[in-house]
Amino acid sequence: MAAPGGDMQWCFSQVKGAIDDDVAEADIISTVEFNHTGELLATGDKGGRVVIFQQEIENKSLPQFRSEYNVYSTFQSHEPEFDYLKSLEIEEKINKIRWLPQKNAAQFLLSTNDKTIKLWKISERDKRPDGYNLKEDDGRCKDPNSITSLRVPVLIPMDLMVEASPRRVFANAHTYHINSVSVNSDHETYLSADDLRINLWHLEITDRSFNIVDIKPANMEELTEVITAAEFHPHQCNTFVYSSSKGIIRLCDMRESALCDRHTKLFEEPEDPSNRSFFSEIISSISDVKFSHSGRYMMTRDYLSVKIWDLNMENRPVETYQVHEYLRSKLCSLYENDCIFDKFECCWNGNDSVVMTGSYNNFFRMFDRSQRRDVMLEASRENSKPMQVLKPRKVCAGGKRKKDEISVDSLDFNKKILHTAWHPQDNIIAVATTNNLYIFQDKIN
Amino acid sequence: MSEENEETKTSNEQQDTPPIPFQQEMEEAVASPEKAEEAKLKARYPNLGAKPGGSDFLMKRLQKGGQKYFDSGDYNMAKAKMKNKQLPTAPAEKTEITGGHIPTPQDLPHRKTSMVTSKLAG
Repeated sequence: MAAPGGDMQWCFSQVKGAIDDDVAEADIISTVEFNHTGELLATGDKGGRVVIFQQEIENKSLPQFRSEYNVYSTFQSHEPEFDYLKSLEIEEKINKIRWLPQKNAAQFLLSTNDKTIKLWKISERDKRPDGYNLKEDDGRCKDPNSITSLRVPVLIPMDLMVEASPRRVFANAHTYHINSVSVNSDHETYLSADDLRINLWHLEITDRSFNIVDIKPANMEELTEVITAAEFHPHQCNTFVYSSSKGIIRLCDMRESALCDRHTKLFEEPEDPSNRSFFSEIISSISDVKFSHSGRYMMTRDYLSVKIWDLNMENRPVETYQVHEYLRSKLCSLYENDCIFDKFECCWNGNDSVVMTGSYNNFFRMFDRSQRRDVMLEASRENSKPMQVLKPRKVCAGGKRKKDEISVDSLDFNKKILHTAWHPQDNIIAVATTNNLYIFQDKIN
Repeated sequence: MSEENEETKTSNEQQDTPPIPFQQEMEEAVASPEKAEEAKLKARYPNLGAKPGGSDFLMKRLQKGGQKYFDSGDYNMAKAKMKNKQLPTAPAEKTEITGGHIPTPQDLPHRKTSMVTSKLAG
């Protein structure tokens, strides 16, 4: 693999989506996820649709013109519903997509909206049977009396057809809004988490699930904390973590008890009480938690920073990276326009040496852990010539603005990059702006 | 050492930060951009609740979309009462339906998927 983050030169590869500025709400991208080989890239949107792209190896002899991602399949995963009993609308927005490891020719993924998780099977069909005895080629039935000889139907090639079909629907298990889905390393079970509860499912069984975490207080007036994200450990099938709106991560071991309300480990960075402000708790709320591929570390994203935790050390993170510290002096207006509640995700690269997360103005950040370097880049149509190298961006917090810097007051807070994904092996990244998907790749590779 | 503990204890015990002298607040604001932003917010919204990260935000988050005005009980009762009569039809514009009018499923903002292919696939 190429040199780590600092030496990497990121180049534009592709952009998907409409160019026009008038964004229909349904087109807002809500999740992005590579599959385990990186060959497939799935996106979900607010309109409940899933689009899957497939990497096509174009020209092996010219490695710099690496493969492109082209549309492989698209389908309507979820539809809007109305809960008449509670008078609540159920959005069709896809909150998360998680791929299952591939077991046979077909691909499987879990997609979820606020209330229902669905297992989708994506399969290819490139042959069809031909030469039936009782049917004509156009499907009409033959008169049995007219048949004088028998033949064996054969499979003949046809144009590739990719079909998506819902194989399981896991419904009615969540009172609150589902924020996370995570497939277990046992490849048989998965968890789904809402604001107050986490459920464990078996992929084959849809009519029941086990509740493994329940933080709902007896009296809702006493509610002080909600679950914001949850994930299974990549190798230990008994271990999972969940993060909270108070900036706390709890690690649970399912071997300890059926209901994991008591954590095995609690990760929290102590806060200096003299620094506490009205905003402290809000900006400490964790919007995403991701285990490293190694399983040794986990990363959390709160409003202003990314933190790397060693699972062996609970009392503080081992690394902290400020994503956009210049926003700290803008918290008042970010609170007023609700941006302070934006939920940014984060991701690791294949060998856990670099982490990436999004920001405003269509900027995104990469932090190279080994080289102690970081860079801020921009996803924009202006830098979308093929293989164009992305120039690092800089934000000036105040005072003298240097050339090429952008002032913090000029940032567009409507252009937020909440969802990013990194290819599991190569230096290829997918970055979602509001309604466009950018694919960038490392120049060397 | 004991001083530190006292400070921590006070912060944890009290959910409402007691009003501190104006000058002290200004000094803190200079030292910390976050505190300066807090002062700004309090100046704009003097009635802002004392429990900042507490129940209000979380309750709002749990609700999310908010409730629409449709009561299946009312609807079915009204249907039963009406018998042969028609239910009052909804107003032409999509105004919020409250008061004496019993909403029908048709009154609710009709959110059907448009079945349009995503522009990402275009």
